[in-house]
Amino acid sequence: MLNIKNLQVELEDEDKKILKGVDLQINGGEVHAIMGPNGSGKSTLSYVLSGKGGYEVTGGTATLEDVDLLEMEPEERAAAGLFLAFQYPVEIPGVGNMTFLRTAVNAQRKARGEEEMSAAEFLKVVRAKAKELKIDADMLKRPVNMGFSGGEKKRNEILQMAMLEPKMCILDETDSGLDVDAMKLVAEGVNALRSEGRGFLVITHYQRLLDHIKPDFVHIMADGRIVKSGGPELALEVENNGYADILAEVA
Amino acid sequence: MSEVAMKEDPTEAMIASLSMPDSTWGAAAREDALARLRTIGLPQRRDEYWKYTRPDTLTQVDAPKAAVLQSDEEAMFEEVDRLRIVFVDGVFDADASDDLSLEGVTIERLAAADSDLHWAKNLYGVLEARGQSPVQRPLAALNTAFATDGVLIHVTGKPSKPISLIYNHKSDTSDAILHHCIKLDAGAEMTLLENGPAAARFNKVMEVEIADNASFHHVRAQGRDHERRTATHIFARLGTESAFHSFTMTMNGVLTRNDCVIELTGDDAIANVAGACVGDGDFHHDDTVFITHDAVNCNSRQVFKKVLRNGAVGVFQGKILVKAGAQKTDGYQISQALMLDDDSQFLAKPELEIYADDVACSHGSTSGAIDEDALFYLRSRGVPTDEATNLLTLAFLAEAVEEIEDESLREGMTARLGAWLERRSG
Repeated sequence: MLNIKNLQVELEDEDKKILKGVDLQINGGEVHAIMGPNGSGKSTLSYVLSGKGGYEVTGGTATLEDVDLLEMEPEERAAAGLFLAFQYPVEIPGVGNMTFLRTAVNAQRKARGEEEMSAAEFLKVVRAKAKELKIDADMLKRPVNMGFSGGEKKRNEILQMAMLEPKMCILDETDSGLDVDAMKLVAEGVNALRSEGRGFLVITHYQRLLDHIKPDFVHIMADGRIVKSGGPELALEVENNGYADILAEVA
Repeated sequence: MSEVAMKEDPTEAMIASLSMPDSTWGAAAREDALARLRTIGLPQRRDEYWKYTRPDTLTQVDAPKAAVLQSDEEAMFEEVDRLRIVFVDGVFDADASDDLSLEGVTIERLAAADSDLHWAKNLYGVLEARGQSPVQRPLAALNTAFATDGVLIHVTGKPSKPISLIYNHKSDTSDAILHHCIKLDAGAEMTLLENGPAAARFNKVMEVEIADNASFHHVRAQGRDHERRTATHIFARLGTESAFHSFTMTMNGVLTRNDCVIELTGDDAIANVAGACVGDGDFHHDDTVFITHDAVNCNSRQVFKKVLRNGAVGVFQGKILVKAGAQKTDGYQISQALMLDDDSQFLAKPELEIYADDVACSHGSTSGAIDEDALFYLRSRGVPTDEATNLLTLAFLAEAVEEIEDESLREGMTARLGAWLERRSG
């Protein structure tokens, strides 16, 4: 499904290499976790895949179901089925959360040549999904992420994911700023979306999120490369011994 | 004055080109206004309040031509149940207008109101004259002297529907001067709607006297024709516990100057003035507001938002004057511009002048571009760039549009602004 080969990325404004050849393949139904110390390039990978400006791809490829992601605009990548749950969801004053969700759902449907969702149908679906994530009517009415707590913002990301039904979900440090209860709620939301046809890439510093969202594969990223891959036990190893041992071992 | 000298003086040249309409009760007010105009002269570029807006095309004898826009778009407020009063290039159109009778209000045309003891005698030119100090407003004096028509509205109760002034534009050389007087008795309430491009050049004055406990709602849409030029003045005086709400949406127009002069003379009164404008290319929009607090515990708000692109220019000159003794004044003023490119310009001059010691006044002015983070967030959810930009632009304008109290009018305005943005994207 998601195929990344030898991906190399520099910052556009300065001559600084961030990703130095990343290889990763995620198949439908699989959950992959990327762990790694600060500055290893984890978040950059998520931004480059979703099309954020400020980065220059200097080598390698990234495809989603054999379609070249890197050539597409961010909105085209979204319509193709890619979704990034932001580490820091953006507050948008003046745009109602409901309007935002409906605009996004219908924009993607339109891009794929599908029929737009009627207001009534949309309302029904969004209410049901919001309820599962304990998102109340007030949060749906308020401007996007305005005045939301850290946990509310992350739940709102998962709600968007649930509404947009992407093929490939990238979660960028979704556990940051969450207490245990909020993390559980978010993880339940994610787990509910796990399915045969959908891939997940979970980026995190800590093993604790992986207690709730159980990965099939764990990768350790350091200095712009994936330096070690393994099963869930790799996350426990990081938790117990830190990154230093692993990095020393691969050096 | 010699023939040659007269030609050199733009004020005298303008006066010579116009003829004062016959008037019974209004004759003295018109003569007074003419004298005021002669004393202060038409605006010039060196005048402090015309520094950012060139007055030339408003003061030259002949109105510059303005093409009449052929548009399929339905006019504003069509869906609103209202009493329609139609002017075409400044001339009253009886056939297109409704019967001017409505319970709780008397409506007459300025040109037809000839009884010598008319109530408007105490209003016509009166608030305009008061509004000439400390800032001179010569185009308003010109208007009082030479207005050819207008409406005189006396609100005694609470009319069941809004009164709607519709200004159609059919001649590309029309030069219209209209003057309205609106008087609200104690406890009365009315909504006034205005829309339409009016004329190639339009000079309009509206004087509004609001008695105790009365409230006046004004929603205006200045739109359509690109080449039109407009100078408008609102002069309002508010009594105790009265309210004044005015919102203006402006789309297109090479030159629009909207002056709003408000005096809060009774305690506990409220005055809100708001504007949302969208300009593309050859567009110059100037909001000049002067609010005087001369009573205790009054509240005033000025909320102005401008969206500018392709070299459009926005001007805001807003002043709050708090007189000695106007304690517990709450004055708020915000003016913001969203620049959609590097070619546009926003010029703002916020002013506060306060002579009382127990007041809360705040003002702010910003100009900026679209928030890139918000734009990427929307795009990452599949919303195309143009649609995302329009959504963020409407959100920017929302704070001003929300000043309209009536929900359906508010939604109508938002829809209209959205359609304008959509037409211009891509």
